[in-house]
Amino acid sequence: MSRLAKVNEFVLRFANVNGTGSASANGLVARALFRMGLPVGPKNIFPSNIQGLPTWFEIRVSEAGYTGRRGTVDLMVAMNGQTFAQDVRSVEPGGYLLYDSSKPLAPELRRPDINFLGVPLTELVTRQFANPRQRLLFKNIAYVGVLSALLDIEPEVVEQLLREQFQGKEKLIPPNMQAFELGRAAALERFACPLPMHAQRRDAVGDRILMDGNSAAGLGCVYAGATVAAWYPITPSTSLVDAFSAYCEDYRVNPDGSKRYAILQAEDELAAIGMVVGAAWNGARSFTATSGPGVSLMTEFLGLAYYAEIPVVLFDIQRCGPSTGMPTRTQQSDLLSSAYASHGDTKHVLLFPASPKECFDMAVQAFDLAERLQTPVLVMSDLDLGMNDWLSEPLTWDDSYRPDRGKVLTAQQLEDGFQFYRYLDVDGDAIPYRTLPGTHPSKGAFFTRGSGHDRLGAYTEDGDKYRDNVDRLRRKFDTAATLVPDAATLRDHGNSAGIIYIGTTAEVIPEALDALTAQGLDVDALRVRAFPFTQRVYDFIAAHDTVFVVDQNRDGQLRAMLLIEGNLDPARLVSVLSYDGMPVTADLLVHSISTHLEPVRALAMGASA
Amino acid sequence: MSYLPKPKIHHPQLPKNTLGLTRRDYEGSLSTLCAGCGHDSVSAALIQACFELDLPPHRVGKLSGIGCSSKTPTYFLGPAHGFNSVHGRMPSIASGAAAANRDLVYIGVSGDGDTASIGLGQFIHAIRRGVNMLYLVENNGTYGLTKGQFSATADVGSKSKAGKANPYTPIDLVQLALQMGAGFVARSFSGDKEQLVPLLKAAIAYPGFAFIDVISPCVTFNNHEASTKSYSHIRRHDRPVMAADFVPLAQEITAAYAPGDRHTVTLHDGSMLHLKKLAEDYDPYDRIGAMNYLQRHQADGSVLTGLLYLDAEPTEMHAMLGTDAAALNSLPHASLCPGAAQLDAINAALR
Ligand SMILES: Cc1ncc(C[n+]2csc(CCOP(=O)(O)OP(=O)(O)O)c2C)c(N)n1
Ligand code: SF4
Repeated sequence: MSRLAKVNEFVLRFANVNGTGSASANGLVARALFRMGLPVGPKNIFPSNIQGLPTWFEIRVSEAGYTGRRGTVDLMVAMNGQTFAQDVRSVEPGGYLLYDSSKPLAPELRRPDINFLGVPLTELVTRQFANPRQRLLFKNIAYVGVLSALLDIEPEVVEQLLREQFQGKEKLIPPNMQAFELGRAAALERFACPLPMHAQRRDAVGDRILMDGNSAAGLGCVYAGATVAAWYPITPSTSLVDAFSAYCEDYRVNPDGSKRYAILQAEDELAAIGMVVGAAWNGARSFTATSGPGVSLMTEFLGLAYYAEIPVVLFDIQRCGPSTGMPTRTQQSDLLSSAYASHGDTKHVLLFPASPKECFDMAVQAFDLAERLQTPVLVMSDLDLGMNDWLSEPLTWDDSYRPDRGKVLTAQQLEDGFQFYRYLDVDGDAIPYRTLPGTHPSKGAFFTRGSGHDRLGAYTEDGDKYRDNVDRLRRKFDTAATLVPDAATLRDHGNSAGIIYIGTTAEVIPEALDALTAQGLDVDALRVRAFPFTQRVYDFIAAHDTVFVVDQNRDGQLRAMLLIEGNLDPARLVSVLSYDGMPVTADLLVHSISTHLEPVRALAMGASA
Repeated sequence: MSYLPKPKIHHPQLPKNTLGLTRRDYEGSLSTLCAGCGHDSVSAALIQACFELDLPPHRVGKLSGIGCSSKTPTYFLGPAHGFNSVHGRMPSIASGAAAANRDLVYIGVSGDGDTASIGLGQFIHAIRRGVNMLYLVENNGTYGLTKGQFSATADVGSKSKAGKANPYTPIDLVQLALQMGAGFVARSFSGDKEQLVPLLKAAIAYPGFAFIDVISPCVTFNNHEASTKSYSHIRRHDRPVMAADFVPLAQEITAAYAPGDRHTVTLHDGSMLHLKKLAEDYDPYDRIGAMNYLQRHQADGSVLTGLLYLDAEPTEMHAMLGTDAAALNSLPHASLCPGAAQLDAINAALR
C-alpha cells in the first residue's frame, strides 16, 4: 500500500469528543512542532456545546510557511466513534489513520487506500490509571506519545512543554510523562517509526511567537492604557476581555490590592456600549468586545457616539450569523452592519487585523484613532484569529509611545482664552475640540446630545445647520482616511489581475499566489487594513483589469463597500466567496480565480496565435 | 452654547454660598417645557439643593435619557457637563462615567417611561452595581414627549386624557429600588419644595446609589381628575412618613435643629442627616418593613412620601470593583503600560 512520504509538509487532524480535555493535548502537539522550528497553523473546530458533541483540531505543518487551512487530511487521529466513518473518508489516499484498537474495527470502516494504525489506547491507560477522569485525560496524552514516535516529534520537547504547563501543579507532571511514554513505547513496539511522513527540526520560525488574536488584542488594550472595559459575554469575544483582565492582574494591581482598571460585566450589550460611551465622555480610554449579535444591539449608541463625537473602541470578533447562527464558526460577515451601524448618516472607522501582532498594534491604534477623530473605531477580528493560535511576528513596543488623546482642552488652555465651541472646525480637519467634565469652573462645559446641534454646540432644528454638521462629519471621515493604517501591497508585478482581501484571509494568500503562479496565472495582491479605504486601494483597483475581492461571507460585503465608497465599475470587481463557517482555504481561492482567468488566458493565447 | 440662554443680569444683593456663588450660577437655559410642567419645579429644586450644598457646578455630571424629563438637565447647572443620551440608557452612561472618574458628582434625571419601560433593566442593574449617583425619576405616569401614552407607572384604572382606563398593574419604582438594594430611597412631589429640596441635598451627598421618585404631573396629558399622577390627586393623597434634612460636614449645626422626634445619621464623611418621623409607625432603616408598609398603604390609594429607606453604610461600585482611590481617567500612561521589557518577556513565554 502506498504511504504518504513527506517531511515537514502535512496536515494532522484530531477527531475528539467535546469536553474530554483533548484540546490541550492537541495544542501540545502543535506547540511541540512549533518548538522544533516548524511553522504550524492550529485550528480548533468545535461545536457550540460544552460536552459530548464532535470536535476537531487541525494542525497544518509547513516548512514552506503555509499555515492556512488546506482542506484535506494526511494523518487523522480518530478518537470519536460518532464521526469515525466520516473521519476515515476525509483522509488523503496514502494517508494515515490512528485509532484506538482496544476494540476490533468493523471491516466496513476500512479503506484499502489508507494506512490504519491501531494502538489499544483505552486498554493501556486502563491498566495504568485507576481514576476514570484520569483515564480520559491520559488517553489524550498517550496518543500524543504515539504521534511523537510516528512523526518523530522530539520527546524532550514534549516533556519540557509538560513541565511548563504544570508549573505550580508539579504533582501532575509524573503521570502525564508516564502516559506520554506509554503511548510512545506502544508505537515504537508496533510500527516502523517514524513514518515516511514526519517532522524534522528546522529553523523556520525565527523569533516568531504562537499566540491567539484575542489575547494579543486584550494585551494591546493594556499597553494602550485602557482603564475601563465593559462587556457582555459572547463567543468568540469573551477571551479578549479575559486576557485584558488577566494581564491587568499581572501589571495593574497596586501593592494595597487596589486596581488601576475597572471591568464592568454589563447586563447586556446595550449597557456595555453605554458604559464605554460614558467612560470615554469622561476621558478614560475604554472599550468593549463583542460579536455580530452584540454589535446589532449596540447600534443606537454607536450612532449617538458618531454624531456626538465620542471616542469608542469596539472589538468585533466576527462569527457565523445570524442571531445565534453557528457561534463557534468563523466569518467576516459583519462588515456592512458595522461600517454603517446605526440610523441616519453614519460611517465608522474599521480596522482589519490579520495576525496577533496586528491585533495588538491595532488595539493601540484604535484608541489613538478614536480619540484623535472623536469617533467609534471598530476592530474587525474574527473567530479564527481571535480564538486560534497563530504564528505571528513577535509583539513590539516603543517605550517612547505617548497616547494620542486628541483635541482635549486643558483648564489652562481655556484660561488662556481658547475660544471653545464644541462642534467648530477650527483646524480644517473637521475635528472639533472637546473638554472633559469637571475641567474648568466657568469655561468649557457643553451639552452632549443626539439631537440637532450647530457649530457652537447649541441645540437646533435648523436644516442648514444640521446639514453643515453632518457634512463636517463626512469630511472628518476623509481625515480618517489619512490616519488609518494604509493597505499593504503583497505583490505588485504589474499583472492585469489582482486580489484584494482583509484580515484572516491573509493566511492563505501566499499559498494561493504561489499555486496560481505555478499554473501560469500570476496575480497581484493587496491587503486592505482599514475602512475608510486609503488611496492605495483605489490606485490598485485602477491599475488592474480584474480585481478579485475575497469575502468570507455570502454577499460580498467588502466588494459592496468598495463599490459604495469608490463609485467603481462593478464588472471589474469579481467576488471570491467562502461562507461555510470554516476559515477560507487556498484551494478555494485558486479554484475560483483560475476558473475565472483560464478562459481569459485561453482567449488571449488564441488571439496571439 | 445652549438653547435659549438666560440673560445674565447682575444682582449684587443675591445671597451667596460659601463658594461665593449665587443661586443664578446654578441655573441653566430657559425651559421649553409646557408652562406648569412639574419637571420645571424639580429643576428649580435641584438648583436650590446644589446651591445650598455649595457644590462647584462644574464638578457635576448631569445625565439623562430621552423624554420631557430627560430634557431638564439643560435647565439647571449651566456650568456642568451634560449628557442627554438615548432612551432608557442613562444608567449605563452613568456607570461608565462613574467608573472613569469617581471624583465628580453624578445626577441622573429620567422619566417614568424612560426608567420603568425601556430602561428598566439598566435601572435595576445600576442599583445592583451601586453606582454613586442621584437617580431621579420625574414620574408623571405618562409619556409626555410622545404625547400621552400610558407609562408603566400609571395606576391600574387611572384614565388617560382621552378617557381610556389603564388595564395594567403599575410598576412601583420605589419598591423596586428597595428590593434591588438601593441605599437611599425616597419619594416626593414636585410641588412640595419644602420636602423635596432637603431630600435632594441628602441624596446628592449620599455616598452610594440614591433614588428619588418625584411625582411630577404632566399638565398637558395627565393632570385631569381621573389621573393618579395629577396635582389634585397627589395633594389629596400625599402622606409624608419621614422628613430629612442634610447638614454637610463643613456646616455648623445650629439651634434650628431642635431636639424632638429626630434621628441623626452621620455619613462616612462626617456629614449629618437629620430625620424627622412623621408617621409614628415608620422605620426608615428597615428595608423589608418599608416594603410592607408601602404595599399596605398603596392599597388605600395613599402616596407615601419622604425618606423611605436609608442604609448608612452603603457599598459603592468602586468598593465592589476594588479600584484605585484616584480617578481612573487621571492615571498617567506610565502607570498603566507595562513597557517594552515586559513585552519581551511575554513574547519569550509564547515561543
Ligand atoms: C429607542 C427609542 N424608542 C422610542 C423613543 C420615543 N420616545 C421619546 S420620549 C419617550 C417617552 C418618554 O416618557 P417619559 O420617560 O415618561 O418622559 P416624559 O416625557 O413623560 O417626561 C419615547 C417613547 C425614542 N426616543 N427612542
Ligand atoms: S408634555 Fe407633559 S411632561 Fe412634557 S413638558 Fe408638557 S407637561 Fe411636561
